[in-house]
Amino acid sequence: MELKPGGQLRSALSTTEVVVVKGSGADVDLRCGGLPMIGKDESASEGTIDEAFAGESLLGKRYVDDDTDTELLCTKPGDGALSIDGRVLGLKGAKPLPSSD
Amino acid sequence: MHLGLVLDMASSGYGDRIAVVANGESMSYEEIARLSWAATERLVASDATSVLYLGSNHLSYPVALFGAAGAGIPFIPLNYRLGAVQLSAQIEAHPGSYVIYEGEPPALGNGMDAVERNQFIAEMRDVSAEPAPEQDTDLTCILLYTSGTTAAPKAAVLRHRHLMSYLFSSVEFAGAEEDDAALVSVPPYHIAGVANLLSNFYAGRRIVYLDRFDPEIWLETVRREQVTQAMVIPTMLSRIVDALDGEQSAQTPSLRALSYGGSRMPLPVLERALSLFPETGFVNAYGLTETSSTIALLGPDDHRDAFSSSDPVLRQRLTSVGQLLPGIDVEVRHEDGSLVEAGEPGLVFLKGDQISGEYAGVSLLDDDGWFPTRDRGWIDADGYLFIEGRADDTIIRGGENIAPAEIEDVLISHDDVVDAVVIGLPDDEWGQRLVAVVVAGESKTIDIEILKELVKTQLRSSKTPEEIHIWDELPRTDTGKILRRNVVADLSGS
Repeated sequence: MELKPGGQLRSALSTTEVVVVKGSGADVDLRCGGLPMIGKDESASEGTIDEAFAGESLLGKRYVDDDTDTELLCTKPGDGALSIDGRVLGLKGAKPLPSSD
Repeated sequence: MHLGLVLDMASSGYGDRIAVVANGESMSYEEIARLSWAATERLVASDATSVLYLGSNHLSYPVALFGAAGAGIPFIPLNYRLGAVQLSAQIEAHPGSYVIYEGEPPALGNGMDAVERNQFIAEMRDVSAEPAPEQDTDLTCILLYTSGTTAAPKAAVLRHRHLMSYLFSSVEFAGAEEDDAALVSVPPYHIAGVANLLSNFYAGRRIVYLDRFDPEIWLETVRREQVTQAMVIPTMLSRIVDALDGEQSAQTPSLRALSYGGSRMPLPVLERALSLFPETGFVNAYGLTETSSTIALLGPDDHRDAFSSSDPVLRQRLTSVGQLLPGIDVEVRHEDGSLVEAGEPGLVFLKGDQISGEYAGVSLLDDDGWFPTRDRGWIDADGYLFIEGRADDTIIRGGENIAPAEIEDVLISHDDVVDAVVIGLPDDEWGQRLVAVVVAGESKTIDIEILKELVKTQLRSSKTPEEIHIWDELPRTDTGKILRRNVVADLSGS
């Protein structure tokens, strides 16, 4: 699938939802818990999380894949690790700025 | 990315959290999303060209803002306190608008629909709507009239991409704790009010609106609502500090962060506030309407380090607006466009994705994307930005550029003076001569010669005002900026 900034996707298996912050526009295989992610409004399928892609996503955290220069923001937490082309996405660590508003 | 995404994200990420509290009523993120989607349907069906919002902070404010964003039309919050003539000129400048108002209906222009704000909320509650469609990120999202201290107010254009860039690069999504609360007393038609709403929404923080600013009510509300962060403009902080006269501490243990901006903060007020709120982290936020709010920050540690330091360089940081946010570039240039030497003052230029620099139809960005802020400032060796004031306020006396702020700071540092402004008036010999207007503190008597002597010793004689007038108060916008052009007009006439 092509990932473009602002795109919203959900897991086919769990409650996980993400927004694309950065995407190169190239065709990638984005999965959650081992199953391809689907559009936000599509319905979930029956199935179980692949043990090799166990894990979870946390609300408000950003997940990155350096190879494809992709960044996803978790907008709803849920089970199953996020992966692109078989690589599990890493958690992006950034010190939040102090609130100015 | 379009602004509607923030609504989708908030309602799916923390929909049941309370989003806004105003006038004793509250709404969750999910309710605001539902009502906003209903508003979008209404606006699309009515063919409205924009949404005008005339009123104070209220539950209808986020609903109207996100409703307009979903419909792909501009949201235009107007200063409802303006005089009838100025206000109707601004209303008429936007024909075909949908108007949401507080109190009595305003005089309307061509083809406008108007609805009272509580009525608007009640009507939206009865509609069940689908989530709003995605909008082009290049559409105008918000039109904001600048405060117009040096010229007539202009409407700055903020597009979806500018606002989203600000949120994505400087606010942590869902970063607020469950019981965080932000107290908001800046008006809805000011960029700080807009940025405040959006970033607290994006962080998932409960917003508590104060209908009308009053220092006692502000302090009471912080204590009662267990407020964790608040944003004020300098005149508000000054009144809060005055209200705590004789106290050792503000007694607001819940308040973790206090941010300020909008105009220059007088140093004596800031120093007093830092000792009255010893456990609170202070943040100075610098930005303009045209930059989608904050582009530089002086953080809590910077404040405390400077406040407790005896090193003059560190100490001076209290008057800095801090370091630039990620993704923002700065240049300081001479009037002729060449770059200044490091540490020298000049004109401040900014560049970044959140910077619009655009007014109805006219972009001020140069070919390389740099925005001329028309603020004068300089950057120290560690990258801290200092703003001296508007370039248009600079006084040129005998060929020397003089920033009024420097002299105003010295005048205000005197115990008898609570407010001061310095302007230039035409002068045959010097081009311009320095004239000051000061306001005396309660039951204080001002000795003009002592003030002149103070400026002369602290600065130098060429920066000493030739005339000092004593007024009861200075003309200010209701967001605290001094209306210098009114002072000039008053003193030129006499």
